Amino acid sequence: MTTATPQRPTLTSKASNYLDERTSISTMVSMLGRKIFPDHWSFMLGEVALYSFVVILLSGTFLTFFFEPSMAEVHYEGSYVPLKGIEMSAAYASALDISFDIRGGLLMRQIHHWAALLFVAAIGLHMLRVFFTGAFRKPRELNWVIGFILFILAMAEGFTGYSLPDDLLSGNGLAIINGMIKGIPIVGTWISYLLFGGHFPGHDIVPRLFVLHIMLLPAILIVMIGLHMVLMVVNKHTQFAGPGRTNDNVVGVPVMPMFAAKAGSFFFIVFGVIALISATFTINPIWNYGPYDPSPVSAGTQPDWYIGFADGALRLAPGLESEILGLTLSWNILLPMAVLGLFIVLVMFYPFIEAWITGDKREHHIAERPRNNPTRTAIGAAGVWFYAIMWAAASSDLIATHFHLNVFQVTWALQAMLVLGPFLVFWLTKRIAIGLQKKDREILLHGYESGNIRRLPGGAYIEVHEPVGEYESWRLKSFEAYEPVMVRPNEQGRITAGVRARAALTRWFFEDRIAPVTRGELEAAKHDDH
Amino acid sequence: MAARKKTGRRHPLASAALLIIGLVAAGGASVAVGSVANAEPAPAAHTQATAAEGEALFRANCASCHGIDAEGTPNGVSLIGVGAASVDFQVMTGRMPMAFQGPQALQRDPQFTQEQSDAMGAYIASLAPGPAVPSEEQLDTSVVDEEGVANGAELFRINCAMCHNVAGAGGALTEGKFAPHLRDIDAAHIYEAMLTGPQNMPVFNDQNISPDEKREIIAYLHYLDENPSVGGFDLGSLGPVSEGLFIWIFGLGGIVAVTVWLTSKPN
Repeated sequence: MTTATPQRPTLTSKASNYLDERTSISTMVSMLGRKIFPDHWSFMLGEVALYSFVVILLSGTFLTFFFEPSMAEVHYEGSYVPLKGIEMSAAYASALDISFDIRGGLLMRQIHHWAALLFVAAIGLHMLRVFFTGAFRKPRELNWVIGFILFILAMAEGFTGYSLPDDLLSGNGLAIINGMIKGIPIVGTWISYLLFGGHFPGHDIVPRLFVLHIMLLPAILIVMIGLHMVLMVVNKHTQFAGPGRTNDNVVGVPVMPMFAAKAGSFFFIVFGVIALISATFTINPIWNYGPYDPSPVSAGTQPDWYIGFADGALRLAPGLESEILGLTLSWNILLPMAVLGLFIVLVMFYPFIEAWITGDKREHHIAERPRNNPTRTAIGAAGVWFYAIMWAAASSDLIATHFHLNVFQVTWALQAMLVLGPFLVFWLTKRIAIGLQKKDREILLHGYESGNIRRLPGGAYIEVHEPVGEYESWRLKSFEAYEPVMVRPNEQGRITAGVRARAALTRWFFEDRIAPVTRGELEAAKHDDH
Repeated sequence: MAARKKTGRRHPLASAALLIIGLVAAGGASVAVGSVANAEPAPAAHTQATAAEGEALFRANCASCHGIDAEGTPNGVSLIGVGAASVDFQVMTGRMPMAFQGPQALQRDPQFTQEQSDAMGAYIASLAPGPAVPSEEQLDTSVVDEEGVANGAELFRINCAMCHNVAGAGGALTEGKFAPHLRDIDAAHIYEAMLTGPQNMPVFNDQNISPDEKREIIAYLHYLDENPSVGGFDLGSLGPVSEGLFIWIFGLGGIVAVTVWLTSKPN
């Protein structure tokens, strides 16, 4: 029912008009409001990270109201009996007060800590999704780098937060960092003295980490998240192949109104899950650990999960040491540091490495199914394996006690799995991916097994293969073909070493590829079968 | 040929059945003999533990490894001078008799009654002086005040937590050995363990940790038993590893399930 009578302006329209005339916000709303989100569960993992970050900000703000970042010595007078009268730092005492004497404090502490674990876990899973679907390819390479920096920042936030309560566990974590820093030749000792303001542990580290934890790191994080989101809007989302989904469009739901409502409620679901976990499961019972004292170390001292891979690398490193010109080189520290550094750099710059190898300059907006790029999927799986073994090694003592094993044997087994495993995993994953591709081809060309067995007049039995529907076949046949880069002379007519290396690498990358089914093959198959 | 087989005297399952019967008989007999060996020297309604009864029990159950006069064999250490405290700890926590030779004797249900264990303790104590079973008064934690509990907690963190974990959840040692958990352990056994240093544990004698301090440590461990974690389920008090596993499997796993549900298409 449309009428020509001019409507009287409502309060909403007046208000929005007022705003628009002063901010021109309508352009942004109309642009952002039409931002399309594809409907696939794996596209919501980044949101999980974002929402847990919001929960971390909210609960963290509460904690700063009561936490005292000071290493001044006090005697605990709170209500936890086994620590009464014990000498400790003001930081630890205030963390205990938050846990025992401030209303809602323990819940907030647990929300903050559980949300932090979830934050990094969600980032990890989100990165895996982006990696294995090739969503980091042009034009999204920079956003991958920004996302990876976010991951590193999240770990830094986690570690600085872990160190703040100044209990035995956090102190042990700092002691390991101190040991690692001191393991760096020549400058290590100086850096350690600079960081801790003198002898470890000193009186400065908690206030310093506090400033990093609540000011500098969150500020950088928020800026980076902003950039990440802006680039996401600019580049638009990727999507899985399907009918009507091409490299030039995005099929899904616009932000306004459906997606905003969904995402808003999803925020509360994430918040709810975190609150439920925090209300029922203890995390980091700092009261058990007691104040930090450099002499005791508890059995089962581990970092939070996301630092576990670094701890595991230290545990797996061979205990080598050499002396050159009176300088002690602790390879058991330098080696894992070098390996971890290389690993991080490789992951961070992987999009550029792959683009150089493949020589692919095209824009990609269709997310690949992992099987359709077997080499990348295999590289990813080998990387995941490498990371997971280091991660598992951080709990080698618990693996030993809980499975009644010898902790030395656990370490040796993990060392072997760390060095040899990636090659095996690479090969296995690649074969599986190629096998799946062949199956897809088979299904496209000859149909799927219907389970319908027929007896032919001659007595033989056959299983009837049904052709896949138009709709499903999209998913199977629409992926891009790659070709290895050929060795070609440049303008001067010379073949450089770089070109040769690249040709060799791309051959390795693509030699086993399965080409997508062509129209001709499809037609031919139709004629054969019917 | 086939017909003859069918009508043969023996059922095809006969040999299997015979084997099972034989195994059951042998196993049953061995269990019966074992329980007789254990039960035989148990004097009913005997309150006075005597060294002579202990010696008989020792000969029947321990001497095969520890030697006929407790002088030790390649399979078991000498028990001369270990004292009644050691016997009470090893026997009443079920570590001895050992279930099997391994890196470390495992805890199980005690195989003897307290009286039998005391008798063996009296026999071992009669061989040479050694630490005695702690008295009721030494174990009475009700006299420990709050300050004492705090002191016990501090002593525990400094002396025990390295192996047993700050929350007494246990931890790994070298070569498949481990420090057991310390939850719901009898006060006497904690005291005796400190006094005698069983298995891989060092001895904390009375010069090292005084009897009063030992009592405070026990009071702290009992405080942990009686006061479950204020934060909710403690996930085994194992620290960040179980927390990490939990958030990945149940936290993120649950949320992924929600995302799948949110994006599912109506059928």
